[in-house]
Amino acid sequence: MTATLNESVHGGATRQAGGLPRLLPPAPEDLRGHVARYGQTPYRGQTGLLIGDIEASGLTGRGGAAFPVYRKLAIVARARGRKVIVANGAESEPASRKDELLLRVAPHLVLDGLQLTAEAVGATEAHLYLHTAPSPEILRALAERSARSVDMLQVTVTQAPPRFLAGQESALVNHLGGGPALPTFAPPRVTERGLGGAPTLVQNVETLAHIALIARYGPRWFRAAGTSAEPGSMLTTVYQPQGHCQVVETEIGAPLRTLLPSGGETQAWLVGGYHGNWLPLPHATSLTLDNAALRQYGAAVGAGVLVALPSDRCGLTEVARVTGYLAAESAGQCGPCLNGLPRIAAGLAELAGRGHRKQVRADVERWAGLVTGRGACSHPDGTVRFVRSALTVFAPEISLHARGQCSATNRRPFLPLPDGIPTSEDDWT
Amino acid sequence: MMSDTLRVNPINCTGHGVCAELLPELVSLDEWGYPIVDPSPVPAVLDREARRAVAACPTLALRLLKSDQPAAPAARPARRAPAW
Amino acid sequence: MSGSTAFWYASRATGIVALLLLTAVFVLGILVNRQGRLPGLPRFAVTGLHKNFSLLAVAFIAVHVLTAVLDTYVSIPLTAGFIPFASGYERLWLSLGAISLDLMIAMIVTSLLRSHLNRVLWRAIHLLAYLSWPVAFAHSIGASKDLQQGWLLYLSIGCALLVGGAVVFRLAHAAREVPRAARVAAVFAEHTASDARSTRRSREKVAR
Repeated sequence: MTATLNESVHGGATRQAGGLPRLLPPAPEDLRGHVARYGQTPYRGQTGLLIGDIEASGLTGRGGAAFPVYRKLAIVARARGRKVIVANGAESEPASRKDELLLRVAPHLVLDGLQLTAEAVGATEAHLYLHTAPSPEILRALAERSARSVDMLQVTVTQAPPRFLAGQESALVNHLGGGPALPTFAPPRVTERGLGGAPTLVQNVETLAHIALIARYGPRWFRAAGTSAEPGSMLTTVYQPQGHCQVVETEIGAPLRTLLPSGGETQAWLVGGYHGNWLPLPHATSLTLDNAALRQYGAAVGAGVLVALPSDRCGLTEVARVTGYLAAESAGQCGPCLNGLPRIAAGLAELAGRGHRKQVRADVERWAGLVTGRGACSHPDGTVRFVRSALTVFAPEISLHARGQCSATNRRPFLPLPDGIPTSEDDWT
Repeated sequence: MMSDTLRVNPINCTGHGVCAELLPELVSLDEWGYPIVDPSPVPAVLDREARRAVAACPTLALRLLKSDQPAAPAARPARRAPAW
Repeated sequence: MSGSTAFWYASRATGIVALLLLTAVFVLGILVNRQGRLPGLPRFAVTGLHKNFSLLAVAFIAVHVLTAVLDTYVSIPLTAGFIPFASGYERLWLSLGAISLDLMIAMIVTSLLRSHLNRVLWRAIHLLAYLSWPVAFAHSIGASKDLQQGWLLYLSIGCALLVGGAVVFRLAHAAREVPRAARVAAVFAEHTASDARSTRRSREKVAR
């Protein structure tokens, strides 16, 4: 599969609405260009002041959970003592490329957001957590800001291990604390007790970029795009059936059909990445990219990964491949997830083969029910969501395979997966 | 009336199964020996048994939490099944 | 029989019972850790007996120490129960008893306060059991000649064999334990193997 990453792409048909693009500049910007376009970093001079604007804006987290941002900020701001803020750029979802792009072309928006949010909650320690080694662009951006004393807090840059769970809040905090990137059970949440025992605010880098803009243009400006329940714009990583991958900024609530094709070249859509939902065509063409609409079909926006699976591939095989990956990426800490996910993956592999035992379908469904809500993190739940929606959408394919047939004419893998699975403790540190 | 809820820390739980023996009304075991805990508040009549089960857990994985504590992962209500 | 001799006999008797109880506590502790069961008993009996026997053992040791102190034939200060080298009489052997008791008290107190303690700390102190029992055993066979002859000698050898066997059992499992990072792969392997077995069985059925 070829994945070409177009850098300067903006929200297609939704461009005219809400003044998009907001986050993605026409060309990657250095500090001077950033200040010329947006002005200086608008520090408020006092903790807490920005939080009211964030609440009025209705901004929700862009890392996948869509939690109201102001609530997290308020919890951490209320806490006493030492506080930590982390810009989460781990982007552990293999199919997502938006954070990596944002950090490359608009690092100063992210870093502004980091400093402004740190001021708002009274953080005294700032981190930037990345999926890969810091890019030259990020290092240059940090150096520029340091040279001009733009930043109030020094930012420590850390690379995450290449694990699916590495971007999970508590796993991230564990890794920053020197341990493996393994989730811990909550309560207490990291906003109560995180890095070194201090309340820790973890925010996706795209969320911080939005904060940097809201701080300048205000909540009313932010609400000019998107829906009233879910305002603003978001970055999506879109995979076309031909294999092209683009990061597109779009307003929330945009019709999915403006982002993904629905013709004969595609057989089904995936919304929300590998913890997301498969949607059948043509039913899904009426849906919009917002949680209120998607929720009715058991789906969610997630971190904005949108895939149009080409018609010439076998959906079952793709799902079995990805589920095998998700199972291998289990932390292996919780009995239900550790036992259930590999079995579910094996069951899917059998369904994707030529002929399968009668009880496999029922087994997979039973195991799916057993793992939901019984892990320390949402990994089993997300995996089950992905699998269950696949079993529904690809039901005709399952029947074909039961008779020893397959509708695919192209055996090349489509959905992207990283190389290698974790085998030793070192893979998690 | 405030009552407590049983929660298992799945990382600490090793599937001993003592909780299911002491509190079968609220805890059952899955096919791998791990506890499935009733998420609703503990009825008053079972309060003492629940505390005994919590004390008996060899890894202290079973806990009684006040009902207003956040559950993790955020126990979302089950979404409606897809219309198709 | 004078009152003094009664105390002395009581001390020796409670000492022997304490050793038996501690042997049981040790073996039960290994069973709890390995999720083992006692035939005919529910799982909570293993954990319950482990905890209750440990408290009972300390009760017997308390009587064991007190009666030894009260006995006037030799002079043993009360402090010798907890503090090594506090007794002139059989200084080394009594010190071992005191050390063992101190370790036991540490294990029991940390277990009673377990929900307030760091898990790693609790476990580290509980591992002192591997030190506490041998030290108690050394005290048992050295502090008086009782266990060095006759049926009490066989009893003490039996206790040592039980504990030794439990330790070997535990170490064997530790050696086979799958590290966390390899657990998922182990489940995959075990599941695929068991699938293959059941597939072979169902295929046989069809062939017939």
